[in-house]
Amino acid sequence: MSAVSVGSVTPSRTGQITPSRTGRKTGSLAWLVVPALVMFVGFGIIPLIGVVVLSFTNWDGIGAITPAGFANWGSVLTDPALPHALWVTFLVMFLSWAVQTPLSILLGVFISGHQKYRAALAVLYFLPLLLSSAAIAIAYKALLDPNFGLGAGLGLPFLSQNWLGRPALAMGVVIFIVSWQFIPFHSLIYQGGVRQIPKSMYEAAEIDGAGRVRQFFSMTLPQLKNTIITSSTLMIVGSLTFFDLIFVLTGGGPSDATRVLALDMYLRGFRGSLMGPASVIATILVIIGLVLALILQRLGGRGGATSQLEGA
Amino acid sequence: MDSQHTSRRSLLALAVATPLTVGALASCGSSGPGAAKAGEATIWYLSGAPQETIRQNAVDAFNKANPDGKLSVTLFQNDAYKTKIKTAIGANQAPTIIWTWGGGGLKSYADAGQVEDLTSWFGENPDLKKKLFATAFPAGSVGDKIYAMPCETVSPIVLFTNKAIFKQVGVSEPTTWEEVMALVPKFNAAGIAPFSLGGQSRWTNMMWLEFMFDRVGGPEVFEAVFNGEANAWSNPASLQALKMIQDLVKANGFINGFQSITADSNADQALLYTGKAAMMLHGAWTYGSMKSDGGDFVSKGNLGYMNFPSVSGGKGDPSNTVGNPSSYLAISSKATAEQKDIAKKYFKEGLLTDAENEAWIKSGSVPIVNGIDSKLGASDDADWLKFVYDTAANAANFAQSWDQALSPTAAEELLNNIEQLFGLAITPEQFATNMNAVIGK
Repeated sequence: MSAVSVGSVTPSRTGQITPSRTGRKTGSLAWLVVPALVMFVGFGIIPLIGVVVLSFTNWDGIGAITPAGFANWGSVLTDPALPHALWVTFLVMFLSWAVQTPLSILLGVFISGHQKYRAALAVLYFLPLLLSSAAIAIAYKALLDPNFGLGAGLGLPFLSQNWLGRPALAMGVVIFIVSWQFIPFHSLIYQGGVRQIPKSMYEAAEIDGAGRVRQFFSMTLPQLKNTIITSSTLMIVGSLTFFDLIFVLTGGGPSDATRVLALDMYLRGFRGSLMGPASVIATILVIIGLVLALILQRLGGRGGATSQLEGA
Repeated sequence: MDSQHTSRRSLLALAVATPLTVGALASCGSSGPGAAKAGEATIWYLSGAPQETIRQNAVDAFNKANPDGKLSVTLFQNDAYKTKIKTAIGANQAPTIIWTWGGGGLKSYADAGQVEDLTSWFGENPDLKKKLFATAFPAGSVGDKIYAMPCETVSPIVLFTNKAIFKQVGVSEPTTWEEVMALVPKFNAAGIAPFSLGGQSRWTNMMWLEFMFDRVGGPEVFEAVFNGEANAWSNPASLQALKMIQDLVKANGFINGFQSITADSNADQALLYTGKAAMMLHGAWTYGSMKSDGGDFVSKGNLGYMNFPSVSGGKGDPSNTVGNPSSYLAISSKATAEQKDIAKKYFKEGLLTDAENEAWIKSGSVPIVNGIDSKLGASDDADWLKFVYDTAANAANFAQSWDQALSPTAAEELLNNIEQLFGLAITPEQFATNMNAVIGK
């Protein structure tokens, strides 16, 4: 997740700046793209083509690969498990976005202040970001164990729910842990965004008599528009491929309540030895991811071209 | 200008989005430590005490005796191993020696030509073949060819009880299904779960089905599935067994929250020995960990064990059992000749040695060596070992665990449906329909 995010924060910013500057030096600087392009083609495009090809074949992961025509596509697209997995995926996507965004903005605004105690708190907030998803999942699984977990340990019966055994609760737990894990990251993005808003604007607003709440809604939020788009893109495309946490935490269960598309792909391919149908799902995932990212970029598109930052 | 601008943005967006999606997808794969140095063979084993130590010690002893042909061990957790080994074999990264449960998984390796045919090798070493339980060979064979060497221990599935809890509630151990169902409300009334179950692991639930199918309809019901007969799951005995399981779930027979518990963490065993549950259906291999982790639970004689209760009117012989007839080791056909020689030497000289057998017996397991029963009496766990030996030796039918017997595709579908069956999300009829669809796949 973290490796992906570093690369993707910049483009939406450079996206605004490049058109005005590239005109002069495009030719001479083209070679700069080569290292990234080689990696991208080698580890992105070629495997992607492989997956698309595999989706038209039968393969158990061990034996020979035999062509299957459109049989895999037909069986996956008519499988009632697919709409369910899509629904779960979009539910996770929407809920984790709806929970994370407001909290991240508030935290981001809070830690953008330069007071010492805020800096100290900011360090604490970032702790979940240092842990791997698998470690987080294992830790939460132990804490949520209905018989030996936090509830039993502290003697608090209301914490001894069947957290991962009931569909609605399990979904809630997944959203909670995802938010707990990624809010620090998005707060960091918002912190940067807030710090770029010129102080002079706030001074002007204060002179005009705007209170803190008014300032937040009328200035901070609109100024953060592009940051919100960046952060939302990361959340939404990222949540499309949530795998490790859910895999370790619930394995897609109970029944198929948390079986998101990425997990469905893995379970079909590597547990069920059906690489063909798994490749179909992988292809669907890529398509959905691309479409979503394009929509989000469009949303930021029109107005985004004219920066609202002072001096830009 | 504006339109050009937009298309450039779209392109950029595409460039941004693709690595996000593809990168995350690509990161799912991983390469294993399968490749070995020259002159060294590799072996993958399952982790988990106490088996892990015994496996490691056997390899260490072998390496000490054979300094020029060494084995290097990598250990994996049970559920992780099942996918890891498949991926590794598919990527030609398999270890020299592949630990397996035999059955359908082994068949898929053999069909793809990924494992050595050991039939002629066993022909050259008749003493080795005679040394091992004959019942262990079928699951290590495909057709009449042997593809894996049986090793380690025989592990029937056993009904464990917490005798202290039975005494506390004032009830006696069940011998029939009717008695089991009568015990359920009594334990629930006492605030104790009747059965512990690590339901998130799914194969734990499957053990219940294996016994219910056998007791209600006899081993023929599942054999029909195994042999690929159409609509074999819709057998009336099968539907009745499925319904009886759901009745037990509905009567709160299993501990609250069983869907959240995994067997890999041994939490299900902990529920039994801490007295939170009265009974548990589990593999014989759990005896060792209950003995080591359960304090004085086992040594005080609080652990009871018995074969699965009979069902009145059922067709299955009450002596029938299910489980793992043994563990298996196969040799990768992609290994070098030198590695294969090391592996075969290990099979012949390094496995089921007197020292290893002693260690297995000490851990509470019965090694699959003929005549081993004479050595069981001297152990602290003599009663238990004799019970396991008798259960395995006297069983009219010893069925292999379903998820291992079936092909990986059918097994995964089975486990999915079992989870939904226990979650009461599907009816027995829906279960049968779903499973009929993957018969023979």
